[in-house]
Amino acid sequence: MNYEILLPNSSFRECADFIKKNFKEVYYVPAGYRIFDSYIIGVPPIPVAVEGDDVILPYTKPCHGCFVLRIPGKEEVERVRKGK
Amino acid sequence: MKALLMMGCPELPVQTAVALYIANKLNGEGFEVTAAGNKAAISLLLNSDPEKHYIKKVMDLDRCIGALAEKKMDFDLCFVFIHSDSGISYLATVKSLSKAKTVAVIFGKEIEPLIEGSAGSIIIASKAVHNPMPLRAQIDGVKSWAVLTK
Repeated sequence: MNYEILLPNSSFRECADFIKKNFKEVYYVPAGYRIFDSYIIGVPPIPVAVEGDDVILPYTKPCHGCFVLRIPGKEEVERVRKGK
Repeated sequence: MKALLMMGCPELPVQTAVALYIANKLNGEGFEVTAAGNKAAISLLLNSDPEKHYIKKVMDLDRCIGALAEKKMDFDLCFVFIHSDSGISYLATVKSLSKAKTVAVIFGKEIEPLIEGSAGSIIIASKAVHNPMPLRAQIDGVKSWAVLTK
Protein backbone atom coordinates (compact mmCIF):
# COMPACT_ATOMS: atom_id res chain seq x y z
CA MET A 1 0.00 0.00 0.00
CA ASN A 2 1.20 3.47 -0.89
CA TYR A 3 1.08 5.68 2.23
CA GLU A 4 2.73 8.62 3.94
CA ILE A 5 3.26 8.79 7.70
CA LEU A 6 2.10 12.17 8.98
CA LEU A 7 2.53 11.41 12.70
CA PRO A 8 4.58 8.43 13.93
CA ASN A 9 4.51 6.37 17.17
CA SER A 10 1.95 8.32 19.16
CA SER A 11 -1.01 7.61 21.38
CA PHE A 12 -4.42 7.15 19.80
CA ARG A 13 -5.62 10.40 21.37
CA GLU A 14 -2.67 12.33 19.93
CA CYS A 15 -3.43 10.92 16.50
CA ALA A 16 -7.13 11.75 16.79
CA ASP A 17 -6.32 15.30 17.91
CA PHE A 18 -3.82 15.69 15.07
CA ILE A 19 -6.45 14.76 12.49
CA LYS A 20 -9.09 17.03 14.01
CA LYS A 21 -6.67 19.95 14.26
CA ASN A 22 -5.00 19.75 10.87
CA PHE A 23 -7.80 18.87 8.44
CA LYS A 24 -10.99 20.64 7.51
CA GLU A 25 -13.07 17.75 6.23
CA VAL A 26 -13.31 15.28 9.10
CA TYR A 27 -15.78 12.41 9.46
CA TYR A 28 -16.30 10.09 12.40
CA VAL A 29 -16.41 6.32 12.00
CA PRO A 30 -16.98 3.45 14.45
CA ALA A 31 -14.17 1.19 15.70
CA GLY A 32 -13.61 -1.67 13.28
CA TYR A 33 -14.57 0.49 10.27
CA ARG A 34 -13.27 -1.24 7.16
CA ILE A 35 -11.06 0.83 4.88
CA PHE A 36 -8.26 -0.14 2.47
CA ASP A 37 -8.87 -3.82 3.37
CA SER A 38 -8.02 -3.05 6.99
CA TYR A 39 -10.09 -2.34 10.10
CA ILE A 40 -9.55 0.83 12.11
CA ILE A 41 -8.55 0.20 15.72
CA GLY A 42 -9.29 2.91 18.24
CA VAL A 43 -11.56 4.57 20.73
CA PRO A 44 -14.77 5.66 18.98
CA PRO A 45 -15.83 8.00 17.54
CA ILE A 46 -12.72 7.81 15.35
CA PRO A 47 -11.85 10.84 13.21
CA VAL A 48 -10.99 10.16 9.56
CA ALA A 49 -10.20 13.10 7.27
CA VAL A 50 -10.34 13.43 3.53
CA GLU A 51 -8.28 15.87 1.47
CA GLY A 52 -8.30 15.76 -2.31
CA ASP A 53 -8.06 12.09 -3.27
CA ASP A 54 -6.43 11.10 0.03
CA VAL A 55 -7.80 9.58 3.23
CA ILE A 56 -6.10 10.52 6.51
CA LEU A 57 -6.63 8.01 9.28
CA PRO A 58 -5.24 6.69 12.57
CA TYR A 59 -3.52 3.30 12.28
CA THR A 60 -2.72 1.26 15.39
CA LYS A 61 -0.27 -1.63 15.73
CA PRO A 62 0.28 -3.50 19.01
CA CYS A 63 4.04 -2.98 19.20
CA HIS A 64 4.39 0.45 17.62
CA GLY A 65 1.53 2.58 18.90
CA CYS A 66 -0.63 4.71 16.68
CA PHE A 67 0.29 6.53 13.47
CA VAL A 68 -1.53 9.03 11.30
CA LEU A 69 -1.36 7.87 7.70
CA ARG A 70 -2.24 9.62 4.46
CA ILE A 71 -3.32 7.08 1.84
CA PRO A 72 -4.44 7.88 -1.70
CA GLY A 73 -7.75 6.29 -2.65
CA LYS A 74 -10.49 8.06 -4.57
CA GLU A 75 -13.08 5.32 -4.01
CA GLU A 76 -12.46 5.23 -0.28
CA VAL A 77 -12.69 9.02 -0.11
CA GLU A 78 -16.17 8.82 -1.64
CA ARG A 79 -17.19 6.00 0.68
CA VAL A 80 -16.10 7.95 3.76
CA ARG A 81 -17.98 11.03 2.51
CA LYS A 82 -21.14 8.99 2.02
CA GLY A 83 -20.79 7.48 5.50
CA LYS A 84 -20.80 3.91 4.19
CA MET B 1 -18.92 -20.74 26.12
CA LYS B 2 -16.20 -19.10 24.09
CA ALA B 3 -13.35 -16.95 25.36
CA LEU B 4 -10.83 -14.84 23.48
CA LEU B 5 -7.38 -13.89 24.74
CA MET B 6 -6.39 -10.81 22.77
CA MET B 7 -2.64 -10.48 23.15
CA GLY B 8 -0.69 -7.25 22.94
CA CYS B 9 2.92 -6.70 21.94
CA PRO B 10 4.91 -9.51 23.62
CA GLU B 11 7.78 -7.27 24.77
CA LEU B 12 6.84 -7.78 28.45
CA PRO B 13 7.58 -11.37 29.54
CA VAL B 14 4.66 -11.56 31.95
CA GLN B 15 2.09 -11.60 29.13
CA THR B 16 2.70 -15.16 27.88
CA ALA B 17 2.76 -16.65 31.38
CA VAL B 18 -0.47 -14.93 32.39
CA ALA B 19 -2.20 -15.87 29.14
CA LEU B 20 -1.39 -19.54 29.69
CA TYR B 21 -2.52 -19.30 33.31
CA ILE B 22 -5.86 -17.73 32.34
CA ALA B 23 -6.31 -20.27 29.53
CA ASN B 24 -5.86 -23.08 32.04
CA LYS B 25 -8.52 -21.59 34.31
CA LEU B 26 -10.92 -21.11 31.40
CA ASN B 27 -10.35 -24.64 30.09
CA GLY B 28 -11.21 -25.94 33.55
CA GLU B 29 -14.54 -24.16 33.37
CA GLY B 30 -15.33 -25.57 29.95
CA PHE B 31 -14.54 -22.51 27.83
CA GLU B 32 -13.37 -22.93 24.26
CA VAL B 33 -10.31 -20.66 24.28
CA THR B 34 -8.90 -18.80 21.28
CA ALA B 35 -5.75 -16.68 21.48
CA ALA B 36 -5.26 -13.84 19.00
CA GLY B 37 -2.07 -11.90 18.58
CA ASN B 38 0.62 -10.84 16.21
CA LYS B 39 3.11 -13.38 14.93
CA ALA B 40 5.55 -12.92 17.82
CA ALA B 41 2.91 -13.14 20.55
CA ILE B 42 1.43 -16.32 19.07
CA SER B 43 4.86 -17.84 18.55
CA LEU B 44 5.71 -17.31 22.23
CA LEU B 45 2.46 -18.97 23.28
CA LEU B 46 2.88 -21.98 21.01
CA ASN B 47 6.50 -22.46 21.98
CA SER B 48 5.49 -22.41 25.63
CA ASP B 49 2.63 -24.86 25.04
CA PRO B 50 3.84 -27.04 22.15
CA GLU B 51 1.26 -29.76 22.66
CA LYS B 52 -1.56 -27.24 23.02
CA HIS B 53 -2.60 -28.31 26.48
CA TYR B 54 -3.72 -24.78 27.31
CA ILE B 55 -4.13 -22.91 24.03
CA LYS B 56 -6.24 -24.95 21.63
CA LYS B 57 -6.75 -22.38 18.92
CA VAL B 58 -4.77 -19.35 17.75
CA MET B 59 -5.38 -16.69 15.15
CA ASP B 60 -3.78 -13.62 13.71
CA LEU B 61 -4.83 -10.42 15.48
CA ASP B 62 -5.83 -8.53 12.32
CA ARG B 63 -7.88 -11.51 11.11
CA CYS B 64 -9.57 -11.69 14.49
CA ILE B 65 -10.57 -8.01 14.37
CA GLY B 66 -11.82 -8.52 10.82
CA ALA B 67 -13.92 -11.54 11.79
CA LEU B 68 -15.43 -9.65 14.73
CA ALA B 69 -16.16 -6.63 12.53
CA GLU B 70 -17.78 -8.78 9.85
CA LYS B 71 -19.79 -10.64 12.53
CA LYS B 72 -18.29 -13.97 11.43
CA MET B 73 -17.51 -14.93 15.01
CA ASP B 74 -18.04 -13.72 18.54
CA PHE B 75 -17.16 -14.62 22.11
CA ASP B 76 -18.76 -14.62 25.54
CA LEU B 77 -15.68 -13.39 27.35
CA CYS B 78 -12.70 -11.46 26.04
CA PHE B 79 -9.44 -10.80 27.89
CA VAL B 80 -7.49 -7.91 26.39
CA PHE B 81 -3.83 -7.72 27.44
CA ILE B 82 -2.84 -4.11 27.97
CA HIS B 83 0.52 -2.57 28.77
CA SER B 84 0.43 0.44 26.45
CA ASP B 85 -1.95 2.87 24.80
CA SER B 86 -2.41 0.46 21.88
CA GLY B 87 -4.02 -2.01 24.25
CA ILE B 88 -6.64 0.57 25.22
CA SER B 89 -7.46 1.04 21.52
CA TYR B 90 -7.86 -2.71 21.03
CA LEU B 91 -10.07 -2.94 24.13
CA ALA B 92 -12.32 -0.12 22.88
CA THR B 93 -12.53 -1.81 19.48
CA VAL B 94 -13.51 -5.17 20.96
CA LYS B 95 -16.14 -3.47 23.11
CA SER B 96 -17.59 -1.89 19.98
CA LEU B 97 -17.58 -5.04 17.88
CA SER B 98 -18.40 -7.83 20.29
CA LYS B 99 -21.10 -8.76 22.77
CA ALA B 100 -18.40 -10.32 24.98
CA LYS B 101 -17.91 -9.28 28.55
CA THR B 102 -14.47 -7.68 28.53
CA VAL B 103 -11.65 -8.17 31.01
CA ALA B 104 -8.71 -5.75 30.88
CA VAL B 105 -5.51 -7.51 31.97
CA ILE B 106 -3.24 -4.56 32.73
CA PHE B 107 0.47 -4.80 33.50
CA GLY B 108 3.74 -2.95 32.95
CA LYS B 109 5.36 -0.10 34.86
CA GLU B 110 2.79 2.69 34.45
CA ILE B 111 -0.60 1.10 34.90
CA GLU B 112 -2.67 4.01 36.28
CA PRO B 113 -3.56 5.66 32.93
CA LEU B 114 -4.30 2.22 31.51
CA ILE B 115 -6.70 1.44 34.35
CA GLU B 116 -8.39 4.79 33.73
CA GLY B 117 -8.74 4.00 30.04
CA SER B 118 -10.30 0.62 30.74
CA ALA B 119 -13.42 1.88 32.52
CA GLY B 120 -16.42 -0.33 31.85
CA SER B 121 -14.42 -3.55 31.80
CA ILE B 122 -13.50 -5.93 34.59
CA ILE B 123 -9.97 -4.97 35.57
CA ILE B 124 -7.11 -7.26 36.55
CA ALA B 125 -4.14 -4.96 37.07
CA SER B 126 -0.72 -5.00 38.63
CA LYS B 127 2.66 -3.35 38.15
CA ALA B 128 4.25 -6.42 36.66
CA VAL B 129 6.92 -6.91 34.02
CA HIS B 130 8.68 -10.20 34.77
CA ASN B 131 6.79 -11.56 37.76
CA PRO B 132 3.31 -12.94 37.04
CA MET B 133 2.45 -13.65 40.70
CA PRO B 134 0.60 -10.38 41.49
CA LEU B 135 -1.62 -10.83 38.44
CA ARG B 136 -2.05 -14.50 39.20
CA ALA B 137 -3.28 -13.64 42.70
CA GLN B 138 -5.96 -11.39 41.22
CA ILE B 139 -6.99 -13.99 38.66
CA ASP B 140 -7.32 -16.53 41.48
CA GLY B 141 -9.59 -14.07 43.26
CA VAL B 142 -12.24 -14.68 40.61
CA LYS B 143 -14.02 -17.86 41.59
CA SER B 144 -15.85 -18.35 38.30
CA TRP B 145 -15.35 -16.69 34.92
CA ALA B 146 -18.39 -18.47 33.53
CA VAL B 147 -20.67 -16.58 35.92
CA LEU B 148 -19.58 -13.32 34.29
CA THR B 149 -21.00 -14.39 30.96
CA LYS B 150 -24.53 -14.86 32.32
